[in-house]
Amino acid sequence: MKRLSEERTKLVFEKLTKYLGDNLKVLIDRPDGTYCFRERKDRVYYVSEKILSLASTVGSDHLVSLGTCFGKFTKSGKFRLHITALNYLAPHAQYKIWVKPSAEQQFLYGHHIAKSGLGRITENTPQYQGIVVFSMNDLPLGFGVTSKSTADCKHADPMSTICFHQADIGEYIRSEDTLL
Amino acid sequence: MDVVNAILEKNVNSNKSISVHKDLELEIDEGTLLASDYNVFDKENLRSSQDTYLKNLTRDNVQVLINKIWMLQTERVDEAIVGILPKPVFVLPRARSVPKPKPLTKWQQFAKEKGITSKKKNKSKVTWDEELEKWIPKYGYKKAKADEQKEWLVEVNDPTKFTNGEDPFTASKTAKREKQAKNELQRLRNLAKAKNVKLPRVGIPSTEHFRDARQLAAATTIARASTASVGKFQSRLPKEKDAKDIASHVPGIKKKRKEAPLSVVQEKQRNKKLAESILRSKSTILHVDAPVPSTKSAKSSNSGGKKKSSKKEGKGAKKPKGGKGKRDLRSKVGGRKRR
Repeated sequence: MKRLSEERTKLVFEKLTKYLGDNLKVLIDRPDGTYCFRERKDRVYYVSEKILSLASTVGSDHLVSLGTCFGKFTKSGKFRLHITALNYLAPHAQYKIWVKPSAEQQFLYGHHIAKSGLGRITENTPQYQGIVVFSMNDLPLGFGVTSKSTADCKHADPMSTICFHQADIGEYIRSEDTLL
Repeated sequence: MDVVNAILEKNVNSNKSISVHKDLELEIDEGTLLASDYNVFDKENLRSSQDTYLKNLTRDNVQVLINKIWMLQTERVDEAIVGILPKPVFVLPRARSVPKPKPLTKWQQFAKEKGITSKKKNKSKVTWDEELEKWIPKYGYKKAKADEQKEWLVEVNDPTKFTNGEDPFTASKTAKREKQAKNELQRLRNLAKAKNVKLPRVGIPSTEHFRDARQLAAATTIARASTASVGKFQSRLPKEKDAKDIASHVPGIKKKRKEAPLSVVQEKQRNKKLAESILRSKSTILHVDAPVPSTKSAKSSNSGGKKKSSKKEGKGAKKPKGGKGKRDLRSKVGGRKRR
């Protein structure tokens, strides 16, 4: 269990700002206690201080996970968000996409979202902006990156990709063993 | 008379006969004065009276050996009779271990590998010199003297031998000295090799000297610091860094001090600062993007301004090829990537 070094914290925050924008501060400065980022085996965990003190009693070999796993550092040193971070991304996301029920399954199987599956999109979404994907009844499904800005979406043809898939809740089943 | 008989008897008993009967003849090697008795011990006697039995047995065997010695050819040297021992037959085992073979010199090893053998077995040490009309040793005693006699006069303007203006005598002298020095160096090197002593490196370092990159890095770091000013004014290659593991040995390397562990509150403070600085730099970019009215110009400005951020987003197999797809102007169909 390590503190994140300054460089690594920066990488994590840069990644998170792509989805959260200014709401990143909400994660750091919480009214309900102190939360911090911890690193273990290249995975980054977002833990409250209380749980952290409890976890310190567990030996490092026996500790599988604690708090919320936000993602991991790849071997090349980049930070990659995991679907487990969705719990914190979804409520604070700046930009969102709602997916039609017909396209939900496609997305949950790991495909990009085509224009035809697009239900709603936040106004003024720029291109290549990190977004959180919701179903039409506001259930967070995953997150991705827009391939077109909102204005471009209007003129795009129905089969063109609107949003690149990055993670979806189907991964809880598909890549169960690699998530932790 | 009784007394005389008794004395005689005693004498007979004390002087035992010189002929000894043995079931098996003793094996005797006069050269080494060795007698080996292969007869079986008399078990009963050995048990009941061990000492006397062994004493008698030894006496008998020695008697046989001495009988043999008396049969040898004798000589008289200064009023003493000396027997001449034949060559020993029995092979005595070595007292000391067999000496190890001498380690080969570099040349010998090379010759062995290449299968080079000197053709002449019994080379003579002397050669016939026609100038002096004498047999002259190839090396060593009297060789130098002979050379002196031979080369008492040297032609100066012989372009094949000497460069112009050089004193031929000094030239030959230095050549000889160099040869000797080289030979001495080789001798010492062979000695060092035989004793497994590490010699300092000579010449251009090769991959043999630096097995891995870390060793090379260490060498460059030490080399840079090996100036009078501890490498302060030494220029660096781009991206060149000091080797890490030798920082304690090399003066002038800046050691990074480990940060003291932060408390949770301090850490939070640091994170806050970091987040703010990131957001500040981020917001400027977002600001450029935001007020773009038309779609076409937005695209171009977006691809210009956001290229960096899009590059950072790596996501496995389904990696968005930021902006690359736009190069093909003819196909405006999106969807699955065709490759």
